[in-house]
Amino acid sequence: MNYSDTSIAATTPFLSLENVRKTYPGVVALDGFSMEVRPGEVIGLVGENGAGKSTLMKILGGVTTPDTGTITVDGTAHKGLSVEGSLGSGIAFVHQELNLFENLDVAANIFFGREPLRAGPLKLVDRSKLREMVAPLLKRVGANFSADAQVASLSLAQQQMVEIAKALSIKARLVILDEPTSSLPLAETDKLLDVIKALKADGISVIFISHRLHEVERVADRVVVLRDGMLAGTLGKRDINHDQMVKLMIGRMLKEREKASEAARAPGATALAAKAIRTPTYPSRPVDLDVRRGEILGLAGLVGSGRTELARVFFGIDGSLGGTLELDGKTLVLGSAADAVAQGIFLVPEDRKLTGILLDLSIAQNISLPNLPAHARRSLVSASAETATAEKQKKALGIKAPSVQTRTGTLSGGNQQKVVLGKWLAMNPKVMILDEPTRGIDIGAKAEIYGLMRALADAGVAVLMISSDMEEVIGVSDRIAVMHEGQISGILDKDQFSQENVLLLAVGKQPK
Amino acid sequence: MSKKDLGLLILILVVGAIVAIINPRFLLPINLANTSNLIGLFGILSIGQAFVIITGGIELSVGSVVALLGTLFIDFIAVRELDWPLAFVLIIALGAIIGLVHGWLITRLKLQPFVVTLCGLLIYRGVARFYTADGTAGFAFGQNFPELEFLTAGRSWGVPNSFIALIVIAIVMWVVLHRSVFGRYLYAIGKNEEAAKYSGIRTGRIVMAAYVICGVLTALSAIYFAMYTRSISPASHGQFYELYAIAAAVLGGFSLRGGEGSLIGVILGTVLLQELQNLVNLLGIPSSLNFAVMGGVILIGVLVDQQWGVFRARRLMVDAARKNVAGAPAE
Repeated sequence: MNYSDTSIAATTPFLSLENVRKTYPGVVALDGFSMEVRPGEVIGLVGENGAGKSTLMKILGGVTTPDTGTITVDGTAHKGLSVEGSLGSGIAFVHQELNLFENLDVAANIFFGREPLRAGPLKLVDRSKLREMVAPLLKRVGANFSADAQVASLSLAQQQMVEIAKALSIKARLVILDEPTSSLPLAETDKLLDVIKALKADGISVIFISHRLHEVERVADRVVVLRDGMLAGTLGKRDINHDQMVKLMIGRMLKEREKASEAARAPGATALAAKAIRTPTYPSRPVDLDVRRGEILGLAGLVGSGRTELARVFFGIDGSLGGTLELDGKTLVLGSAADAVAQGIFLVPEDRKLTGILLDLSIAQNISLPNLPAHARRSLVSASAETATAEKQKKALGIKAPSVQTRTGTLSGGNQQKVVLGKWLAMNPKVMILDEPTRGIDIGAKAEIYGLMRALADAGVAVLMISSDMEEVIGVSDRIAVMHEGQISGILDKDQFSQENVLLLAVGKQPK
Repeated sequence: MSKKDLGLLILILVVGAIVAIINPRFLLPINLANTSNLIGLFGILSIGQAFVIITGGIELSVGSVVALLGTLFIDFIAVRELDWPLAFVLIIALGAIIGLVHGWLITRLKLQPFVVTLCGLLIYRGVARFYTADGTAGFAFGQNFPELEFLTAGRSWGVPNSFIALIVIAIVMWVVLHRSVFGRYLYAIGKNEEAAKYSGIRTGRIVMAAYVICGVLTALSAIYFAMYTRSISPASHGQFYELYAIAAAVLGGFSLRGGEGSLIGVILGTVLLQELQNLVNLLGIPSSLNFAVMGGVILIGVLVDQQWGVFRARRLMVDAARKNVAGAPAE
């Protein structure tokens, strides 16, 4: 490691991790990971989705304890931290999803549960003292809003400042910012980076986790790169640059996968075409995208890049703020998911339990639900027709369950996902959109779902697969479209497939 | 019939037996006829409520609707001298419109069902009182509508026709709720509206239809109540009826979160409530305690049901754990 260019190097670290290992059933989340954080140092922590960043955060927050390894905080060695221990030693988190009470004001949020109280039996909140306590904190984060402002009325960056002020209020010595800028517009991002610099000037350490590498470049003193749960490398201040980070994030080139060597398929006609579609999340970013018949189009991008939002528009859940959708060359107007389903556009949503299936219904009832009138005579549901359809799908997809009358909630994740697929396969898909189809699914079921997607494409269906799993995107897709901050930043053909290219596009750079 | 319904039926029979032993007048034909008439009136109302509750909604305005539409019905036939079949159709149509408006406000304008129907409760009561200038709507001396009176307040083979109407409606609505495509949609929406939407169900229309059904059945029961009391003072007529209906549904195993409950359950819930009312009268309990008895029984019923659910879940877990231990390889 190269500290020669910083004066920080001389001081003892506030936090150091040594040889930390954490496994979950079937997965090694962190493997022999070591790092240290010195007082007043800003560490950029980067890595792909699934590289182990979240596990590391959980360990530092005391939510989980490592299997082996030591964590030394302020000179004291621990096997693992507890939530109280983590807070008590001055480690504070600012999460991607903010934990603020939007209906309360800034001061109430910062000192929630620790309000200064007046003397007397009623223990009323001492508002004036509270304000006195909040004022210097807000000043330190450079807040341009008052302590009485309702949190709901603040912008996202301002809300993040409240979170940081909250961290300062517990006398934090290390502030961990998890993707703080992923949902911020550019101008607001600058403000936040200034706050980080101010923290540093006060001798507070910062771990800055971000997918936006140019921001990491701007604020980090040192960059720690995680890959597959291991330390891929550390970059000193002078070596921090975009290409170096990307190189470390990917590591050596992936070994060629069998699928990748296959000759590119002849592309079919365009099935679903988006022309300047604007989603409610990124209203100023028009998206153009063609999904062709017989192909699997991978839709890659970082979390929050607007992929799910696009899928919701394609499936009629959200309206588009502009632009047109076309199916087989004809303009499509979708007022609801029912309209999309009627056109043969189906979605396997990201959140299986919330939107994919009804856990309390049986397999058969879930599979027949989108096409119930076809399973009814004189609008009375025919249980035998339902069972027949479900049995067929159960066999075709290899759903492991005692019977099709089994409650879906009792099935494993993989089998639940097959039920979601089964309900659409029982109809005639023209366009099949799959949002993170293999998330939380074991390897065996994953392979089966890949096989199914390929079979669908071979049958002439246009398949759009949203995935954050790099190997999956490269291994399964025929083409890859990459999104960056709400827009398609590029489309890769088979011969351009590489993790590096996908990642470059995902962070808004040009591929090589 | 589910186990829950069976349990409720047994409770009804046990309570009935106890009351009959203490006061044999419980089994007199006249008492049974009166009670079954009330079961008919409240049952029709409760079925409507059940359709709304199954979607996870609530309809608080039914008592006021009973007052308003009852007043209008008597006014139509007694004062304005419309043909009763025409008045009947008009009242049913008004009920449907009220349901449609509630459904529209809830699904399109995304207002909470509690708020919409609470406002309805206040508005319809006020309109009804204004319409009669806070007077009483009733029939003039000697006014007769033999067919209408037979259909609503009459008896066939000693059984009140209102009770027979309830049986017919219950059978039809049982088929709708438990066998039809629409009924399946209702359950799906009640269980998880988002997932139902993602399965391509037009959830807004289905929920709206549930409120329309509730409106129509409420209008029908309003006519029955009007013909039963024959005179309506809109300030008090139908008061708390929404709570009777909700109580019947809850006793019958409906979850106010939606997606749970059966038609037989809501009928049995109505029967139990009326049985309790009758019990209060027959056992000489001060009638001022009426509501307290009802509230107590509902609370105990829900508590027992919930504790039973916890007990069963725990037993299932223990069973599963035992199986795991038995199935583990010997070391």
